[in-house]
Order: sequence, then structure tokens, then C-alpha cells
Amino acid sequence: MSFYEGLSFFICLFLFLIPAVILGIMEKKMGHYTLAVSLVFIVLVFGHSPGQFLYLLLFYGWSYLVVRGYAAVRAKNGRNQKQYYLFLAAMLLPLILCKLSPLFHMNIFGFTGISYMSFRSIQMVIEIYDGIILEVPLLEFSGFLLFFPSISSGPIDRSRRFHDDWMRILPRAEYLDMLAEGIFKLLLGLVYKLALGTQLYTLLTICEQSMGRRDAPWYFAAGYAWLYGFYLFFDFAGYSLMAVGTAYILGVRLPDNFRAPFRSLDIKEFWDRWHITLSHWFRDFLFTRFIMKCSKKKWFSTRLNRACAGFIVNMGVMGLWHGVTPSYILYGLYHGILLSATEVYQKKSGFYKKYKNRKLYKAVSWLLTINLVIFGFFIFSGKFLELLTA
Amino acid sequence: MEEKILDLLAEICEDDIVKEDLKTELFQSGLLDSLGFAEFLAGIEEECSIVIAPSEVTREEMDTPEKILNLVKSKC
Repeated sequence: MSFYEGLSFFICLFLFLIPAVILGIMEKKMGHYTLAVSLVFIVLVFGHSPGQFLYLLLFYGWSYLVVRGYAAVRAKNGRNQKQYYLFLAAMLLPLILCKLSPLFHMNIFGFTGISYMSFRSIQMVIEIYDGIILEVPLLEFSGFLLFFPSISSGPIDRSRRFHDDWMRILPRAEYLDMLAEGIFKLLLGLVYKLALGTQLYTLLTICEQSMGRRDAPWYFAAGYAWLYGFYLFFDFAGYSLMAVGTAYILGVRLPDNFRAPFRSLDIKEFWDRWHITLSHWFRDFLFTRFIMKCSKKKWFSTRLNRACAGFIVNMGVMGLWHGVTPSYILYGLYHGILLSATEVYQKKSGFYKKYKNRKLYKAVSWLLTINLVIFGFFIFSGKFLELLTA
Repeated sequence: MEEKILDLLAEICEDDIVKEDLKTELFQSGLLDSLGFAEFLAGIEEECSIVIAPSEVTREEMDTPEKILNLVKSKC
């Protein structure tokens, strides 16, 4: 069984959500029940691949040790930077091993969801250092780390936000609203992923076959890029909607992941609308901290230079996180450079300041942005480098 | 203290309106973005020794000079 795929998954999901709805309507806490269901789904999904299952267990145990251990050390010794970096490195280790081991033809910590589970545990170590997480109760930690609706591919929740849902008992009227919204999101996600995403994928494969021919005209590549971009959106936004919808039914307000990304007027706006929980995670836990560090250490001569360095480092790491391949790294750098260029242009250009609110300017800006975005997906798909090196 | 924070904010936003109207919308109006926000957090840590973690508060909780002042005061 896989998450959000196939009839057997959805039948199980439906059956296990019924008691949750009853608990919700009766104004009872749902956290413990949800944790139990998470465990059941982990067994159902990973049961057929013992290797993945063991890695997941190991990762879970390791995360708890590191996070809980660091909370204790932090409480005792305060803000000690060396200790912080040590625990942070320990928490990054499984993910780094997972991403690097394929380069050596190995597969260490390779299980579905390691990336997204790592985000959840890494942020906890960082926020313990910041002094905004003080305790790590085992059941709540497990409920958060193993929360099954988003375990495989997000959206990425925050433990302090999750904590509120874990503690709170929703009044019936509020739960019923959430339930309705959850069901709507779940169904809309199904339409996105299964109806639209699958159709686009069929077209995409046809286009890919034509593109593979020797004398294929250029517009097949362009068609592929556009189809791929929209396929990626409907597939991933559809999945995200289903995850958020399921979480709502369980009384958890998992944050949304997409907000009409193709309407963006510039690249900065795009990253506020596309895979939002990922880009906001990177903003809060990498970009902002990088800029703060540079600002305090006076590392770059101007604010603009700092910003550009920040964007390129931020997006570069995001690219690497997708996988250590030339296409993903290039994808990250491409967006880092685009964000930097946008920043310089918007801060320096009189033309921008004068015309930015005009309708025509906005239309041209939108058209340019969507083309840049689609080209980015073309790099992401791997086809761009394939074409270049063919 | 209050003055110091507002001066810092005005310098980062490049606009004195944030000192004059404490209810100015900072993020929606484009006066402050992710970059300025980071610079601001570094600034109050340097100048007032007050540490606010980047993920501690949401944008909505810090979107006017007034809210920022209240937050900083609560940390003193």
C-alpha cells in the first residue's frame, strides 16, 4: 500500500477516519487515536519492505534521543553554540547519509518520508536552541513526527503549532466546520491528482516520446516543459490538499502548501505561493538566520550583496535537498540567481518603481514570471541537461 | 529604548512613516520583507540584546510598529 494511492489505501483511510469524526463530534481529544492510526498506516505502508520499516524505526528512535537529549542539555547549559551545532549535526546526519549514499551506490536511511520527517525534527533542535521549545513529551513528539497524513511528502508542520491542536479540544461547531472543509479539500485533491494530474501525465508521456526522436522540432521540448509544470502542480497540490484535508478531519490544522502559484507576478511571489511550507521552512530556518549572521559579522559590504548571497545559498541548499544530481543543483542555483536578480532590480530600478502598479507592466511581469517558472521545472525534470548533453 | 527600535525600523524600511504612524502595515505595504525582517531581528539583538527567534512569531504578530514594540517590551 502507498499513501494516497490505490483503492485499498482510501478504503482504510475512510474506515479509520470514522472513529475520529465520532470523537470530534463528541468533543473528545483525538491526538492519541491519531497516533495509533499513524502507527497502523506505517505498518500497512512499510510492512512489505522491512528495510524501509527498520530505517524508519531507527530514525524515529534517533530523533527522539537527539531532540530530547538536546532539550535536557539546553536546559542545563543554556545557549551554548558548540553543543547546539553538535546536536544539529546529529539530527542532520540521517538525511545527509540518505542523500549522499546513492553517490557511492549505497542506500542508507532510504525510506519514504525521511526528508519530511527530518524537517520536523531539525526545526525542533533549532527552536530548542532558540529557547522557544522547552519540553519534549514522548507521546506528543511521536504524534507530531509520525503524523501519517503528511509523513511521506508534507506539508511541513511546526511542532509548536501542532502542540496547540494536540492540547486543545475543539468545540463541536468548530470541529464540524473543519470537518466540512477537510472533506472538501480531500475531494478537491482527488480531482487534482487523479483526474487532472493523471491526464496530464498521459499527455506528458506522449510528448516525451516525440521529443526523444532525433529530428524532433523544438516545440516538443516547450510543450513538454509546460505539460510537466502543470502536471507537477496538479500532482503535488492534489496530494497536499488530500493531506491537509485528512489532517483537518483529525482536528489538525496542517498548513496549506499552494496558493495559485501560476498567478505570481514575480519570482519572490512565486515562492510565497508554491510549496509554501517548504519555502517558509527554508526562510525561517536558513535564509533569515544566514542574513542575521552576515549582518552581525558584517560579512558583506552592502545589504543587497548580503541578500543575493542569502538567496543563492538558500535555494542552492534547497536544490541539494531535492537530491544530489546536476539537474537539482542547477534548479536551485537558477532560482537563487532569479531571486537575487529580482531583488536587485526591484531595489535599484526607477523604471520598476514608476511602473510597477500599471496594468500593462503587471501583465508583462506575469508572462515573464510564468515562463521563467516553467523553464525552472524543465531543469527540474532533468530533460534540460539531457537535451544539452545529447 | 522605544526610540532606538523605531529608528532601526525606519532605517531598514527606508521610510520615516513607521515612526509617525505606529499602525502602518509593514508587510502588506511592502515596507518590510523577509530580508528586512532578518536585518531587523539581527539589529535588535545587537543593539538592545533582545533575542527574537525568526520562527518565534508569525508575520501577522509583527506587522505593525506598534505590535513590534509590544513584543519587544514583553521580552525585557
